Amino acid sequence: MWTRMLQGGIAFPPGTSLPGVRNKVSEACNRTSSIPMLAHKRNRSYIYMKCKNRVLNSKCAGEEKRVGTRTVFVGHRPVSETDAYIEQKFCDNRIVSSKYTVWNFLPKNLFEQFRRIANFYFLIIFLVQVIVDTPTSPITSGLPLFFVIIVTAIKQGYEDWLRHRADKEVNKSSVFIVENAKQVKKHSEKIKVGDVVEVKADETFPCDLIFLASSNDDGICYVTTASLDGESNFKTHYAVRDTIGLRTDDDIDSLTATIECEQPQSDLYKFVGRINIYRSNQEPVARSLGPESLLLKGSTLKNTKKIYGVAVYTGMETKMALNYQGKSQKRSAVEKSINAFLMVYLCILVSKATVCTTLKYVWQSNPFNDEPWYNQKTKKERDAFKILRMFTDFLSFMVLFNFIIPVSMYVTVEMQKFLGSFFIAWDKEMYDEEIQEGALVNTSDLNEELGQVEYVFTDKTGTLTENSMKFIECCIDGHKYSSRMSEVDGFSHTDGPMTYYGKALKCREELFLRALCLCHTVQIKEGDNVDGLIVNQECSTYISSSPDEIALVKGAKKYGFTFLGHENDFMKVQNQKNEIEKYRLLHVLNFDPVRRRMSVIVKTSAGKFLLFCKGADSSIFPRVQQDEIQQTKVHVERNAMDGYRTLCVAFKELTQEDYKKIDGQLSEAKMALQDREEKMARIFDDIETDMHLIGATAVEDRLQEHAAETIEALQTAGMKVWVLTGDKMETAKSTCYASRLFQTNTELLELTAKTMGDSNRKEDRLHELLLEYHKKLLQDFSKNSGKLKRSWTVSQEYGLIVDGSTLSLILNPSQDSSSSNYKSIFLQICLKCAAVLCCRMAPLQKAQIVKMVKNTKGNPITLSVGDGANDVSMILEAHVGIGIKGKEGRQAARNSDYAVPRFKHLRKLLLGHGHLYYVRIAHLVQYFFYKNLCFILPQFLYQFFCGFSQQPLYDAAYLTMYNICFTSLPILAYSLLEQHINIETLTSDPRLYILYPLICLCYCPTNLWRMDTFLK
Amino acid sequence: MAAASPCAEPAGRNKPDNTAFTQQRLPAWQPLLSAGTALPLFFCVGLACLALGLGLHFSSGTIRELELDYTGAPGSGHSCSRCANASRAAGAGAGACTCSLRFELPERFPGPVCLYYQLSNYYQNHRRYSVSRDNRQLSGDAAGLRSPATECSPFRTDPRGLPIAPCGAIANSRFNDTFALYHLANGTFHRVPLDNRGISWWTDSNIKFSNPALLNGTLEATFKGTAKPPNWPQAAYLLDSNPNNTGFINEDFIVWMRIAALPTFRKLYRRVREGNFSSGLPQGTYCLNITYNYPVLSFQGTKKVIFSTVSWMGGKNPFLGIVYLVFGSACILTGFVMLAVHIKFQQQNQMDVE
Repeated sequence: MWTRMLQGGIAFPPGTSLPGVRNKVSEACNRTSSIPMLAHKRNRSYIYMKCKNRVLNSKCAGEEKRVGTRTVFVGHRPVSETDAYIEQKFCDNRIVSSKYTVWNFLPKNLFEQFRRIANFYFLIIFLVQVIVDTPTSPITSGLPLFFVIIVTAIKQGYEDWLRHRADKEVNKSSVFIVENAKQVKKHSEKIKVGDVVEVKADETFPCDLIFLASSNDDGICYVTTASLDGESNFKTHYAVRDTIGLRTDDDIDSLTATIECEQPQSDLYKFVGRINIYRSNQEPVARSLGPESLLLKGSTLKNTKKIYGVAVYTGMETKMALNYQGKSQKRSAVEKSINAFLMVYLCILVSKATVCTTLKYVWQSNPFNDEPWYNQKTKKERDAFKILRMFTDFLSFMVLFNFIIPVSMYVTVEMQKFLGSFFIAWDKEMYDEEIQEGALVNTSDLNEELGQVEYVFTDKTGTLTENSMKFIECCIDGHKYSSRMSEVDGFSHTDGPMTYYGKALKCREELFLRALCLCHTVQIKEGDNVDGLIVNQECSTYISSSPDEIALVKGAKKYGFTFLGHENDFMKVQNQKNEIEKYRLLHVLNFDPVRRRMSVIVKTSAGKFLLFCKGADSSIFPRVQQDEIQQTKVHVERNAMDGYRTLCVAFKELTQEDYKKIDGQLSEAKMALQDREEKMARIFDDIETDMHLIGATAVEDRLQEHAAETIEALQTAGMKVWVLTGDKMETAKSTCYASRLFQTNTELLELTAKTMGDSNRKEDRLHELLLEYHKKLLQDFSKNSGKLKRSWTVSQEYGLIVDGSTLSLILNPSQDSSSSNYKSIFLQICLKCAAVLCCRMAPLQKAQIVKMVKNTKGNPITLSVGDGANDVSMILEAHVGIGIKGKEGRQAARNSDYAVPRFKHLRKLLLGHGHLYYVRIAHLVQYFFYKNLCFILPQFLYQFFCGFSQQPLYDAAYLTMYNICFTSLPILAYSLLEQHINIETLTSDPRLYILYPLICLCYCPTNLWRMDTFLK
Repeated sequence: MAAASPCAEPAGRNKPDNTAFTQQRLPAWQPLLSAGTALPLFFCVGLACLALGLGLHFSSGTIRELELDYTGAPGSGHSCSRCANASRAAGAGAGACTCSLRFELPERFPGPVCLYYQLSNYYQNHRRYSVSRDNRQLSGDAAGLRSPATECSPFRTDPRGLPIAPCGAIANSRFNDTFALYHLANGTFHRVPLDNRGISWWTDSNIKFSNPALLNGTLEATFKGTAKPPNWPQAAYLLDSNPNNTGFINEDFIVWMRIAALPTFRKLYRRVREGNFSSGLPQGTYCLNITYNYPVLSFQGTKKVIFSTVSWMGGKNPFLGIVYLVFGSACILTGFVMLAVHIKFQQQNQMDVE
């Protein structure tokens, strides 16, 4: 469970980028990526690098491995007279997200459009018609092509115009730059690296700034990065300590400093730099700069009057711009089958032309057929080479029959997808009252994939469960305190004992509660009245990137200890006696998914140094006194069995000397320019040892409404549901039972650390287990397959549980053993199990699992659903990615193809909309090919009656209009509105989902008949 | 982010519209085919088709038709063989040769009787042939008359360079056999008057085809400076003595210029609707005098003359009636089969449901 905490803020799966960075620019981009009509460029990056300086261009592009650092002169002031001031060249601060300019629009757009095979094909046909004497006039194929090209160009041009407008808005917005102690108003695009910029409250930062000073005395400013990563909590940024005092333009102007920092990189949460401040007659002072003093372009200044910052990354080198990469485009399986169809039709076309050409020359071998007296050739025709004539004839036949290739199909299909996706966004049933939002469609390309899903990979927390944590109970020194029975404070001595089973010492209780109140990163978001720190007011709430922390702080409050917020460096806690205790917050040892714990070091008012640490049991137990573990361990395990999320809390008292040492080490590590993270992690590890365990907490995460019914429906619909979670096995298992993923009669096969046994024989044990399970399943499977191929009730269902460490053992086995086929055996086991639970998964492992299933035989369509940043990798990996608009930020929703408010909406999305769109698009595509075959077959047969002379059977106007309007518009309406089965019926009877895909692509009405009778 | 308690916000901000369209609840109807609806449908459609088929079949049956082949293929002993041989020897544009054909009309042909000629193995639909005309010229355009379209070649200009009017292969190969019909009554042959008016499409003779504007009041002056098509014996303005039926608006010419879709085709030549024969051709012996000009043997074609009466459905067409009859009986047959299946399995189905 710990992996989830703070993930939004800090833990970011390595290797995943943050695509949907949102500001004006990327919003325009997002808009376009949600309208993917005709946009079939492979490379969909909308941000094009444009740097004035050609030499630096390659650096700007962010492709080359950057070497070294960049040096920025604050305010362009040279450091000293001796050092010559060398002007370094950087990008200007212009954002270019548009693709075209007025001048290159035509050639560039045409080039891109003609890269599509169908368009190129028609261009060739058109040219043939112009050059060679062909039966139909060039207009017949030129006009449809022209129509398609124009429609696409208008659409793309319009989108690009929007992007231009958004760019202009950003680039021309005015900013204030401090030059020679005066504020100069400039356009945002004019900012150069090294400029000192002033930003006022509620303005967005125009580029990446190093935070020099703020209007607050303590050099703190609050920032919200909602437009960057979707977290709307205020983040605190700290100014460089030595420049805090520079609060006026004159002061800023007096600053002489250089900043050395790494070359731009895209990770939003990483920054390493150093500022050297030169004062007259003194040695320069060097200070380390971390992400806490970097203000990112795109984030907004809050609750701070103004700040000064020096631009370090500008324009296309800002982290926001580097982060906006187009999503790798997912292609629908239907499109692949369309291409296959097209190839078949091309073959038909060529063979028809060949047959006709051959027969023509056979027929013409009779001279009276070739040239009867009434129909003489011109001299030119007689003189032409026979081979050339034959080739021309072949081309003519191609032109004559080319209407078999449906030119307008792509346009119609994309129109259908684009317009059809509105019905998903409009769906009232997928609207959630609580978050006031409905479904969101980011990619309309995949509507029909929703109707063919075979594997569903779901995250647990926030997806199956509510992710609204409720503090349930805690245990202190092995004594259980439960707040479940009553809402009254059953804790304080004055109220008398209510619901605790045995009692710990009072001082331990208080220590535990103080630990809960202090060891977190929760902030208080005030309502409209800023000065009053009244926590319980309606609009004054705790905010944090992790709901667990809020639950804990609220839990502590219930027992009388209320966290009142930060004041400068102090954390204020109101204790049971309504006294306010102040603790000086010295260090926060942030959470990261590797350590799976976080710590704070505080100084009490009595001058004691305390370290509080909380984290997953597995990461805390080895670091505390061994004799304390036992009692607590029992509680933790029992809580986990009940499906609660557990955390252990430990503390340690530090002596003055210890603290000084630690402080020194930490500052040193923070100053480090290289490998800062590793150094920090090492020091954290050293600090968090020999602690004393105080207790553990249990937090409940309720199942989402209708989650169980939805899972059941998905399983009935023939989908295999896999739960991939970072949670503990016991917790996840109980959730699986609660959500009816595992039935009571499901036989569980476990591949976990528990069943693996001790570390030496792991591989052998794994081998044994795998073989055993495989055998078991095979026997069972062969027994069953004899009876019915697709029976909905299998006599014995199997569920598989696998954990992260075992999975990595399976996927990355050591070299020596004969274990190379572990993966395939494991996969076979997985595929035969009705439900699979993967717990303790790292984000990348989730993606690995999805990839593994995706690439199995038959290439099943996979769907991933998740709500947090840790699900992004699997959402991007699966064929269809669904984001839940959850409480852990919007990253999942932004990276997904579809986002819905709740898990239960999956039912209608898949069984209703997905099913309908699958059937609709199948009909649409098949109709297109059918009608063109029908259209051109008489043309072909007529050649037998007109002496193979390429005489067209149809009038030119009819040929032209047939494809672009007569036959494409009616089917478009049909494919948007058709409901072969009522939506209510579809969602209420999930079995239809399996039945239909079987017959869809070889669709014929008799099956419909069969299904209707089945329905009755 | 995780907000512990959400602040109050205006409700229903992004709420989708609750309309029948956006919620995909538009009124719809889907035919659920069951035995109760499908079987009557089959029987009804079947019966309707049978009725229509019978009607078509009988009205096609009442149409009288007589075909006379006058190709005169060598060795056929036909009276026109001589002319056929002569035309073959001379090629296109051979001199006039006449032959006559005596035939019996076994029953009375009620009027109006149409006289068609039919050519076979003649590819009027050949692309090179079908484009070889200049519609602008034929519509009476003065410029078109002087400079015909390039599609007309090799019949665009004569060897002297004069533009051919009318240009092109279609016009050049105009059907130029003529027929005269005699009825044997009381031992003497009476000429049967043949009406050549109104044999072309109205749009053709009134809109698509018209003569160029007269110069000095004569068509001859207008056509001066143009050449006749090489196969024609005389220029276009000499096609008929009637000024309203000569030049480009000669109806025989217009009929020929509307090309046929298939290599075996009939074209209307004359109608019998005047004089004593306005009520039809009586039973008896007739003699057809043919001016045999048109060579067909070179491309293994045949020539026929056809006498046919007409009904409300046009000429004789047994196929349409047969198709309806076959389809109708297939429907009824299927209906019966499904009825049998329905009766046989109904019981079982009900048991399954229970």
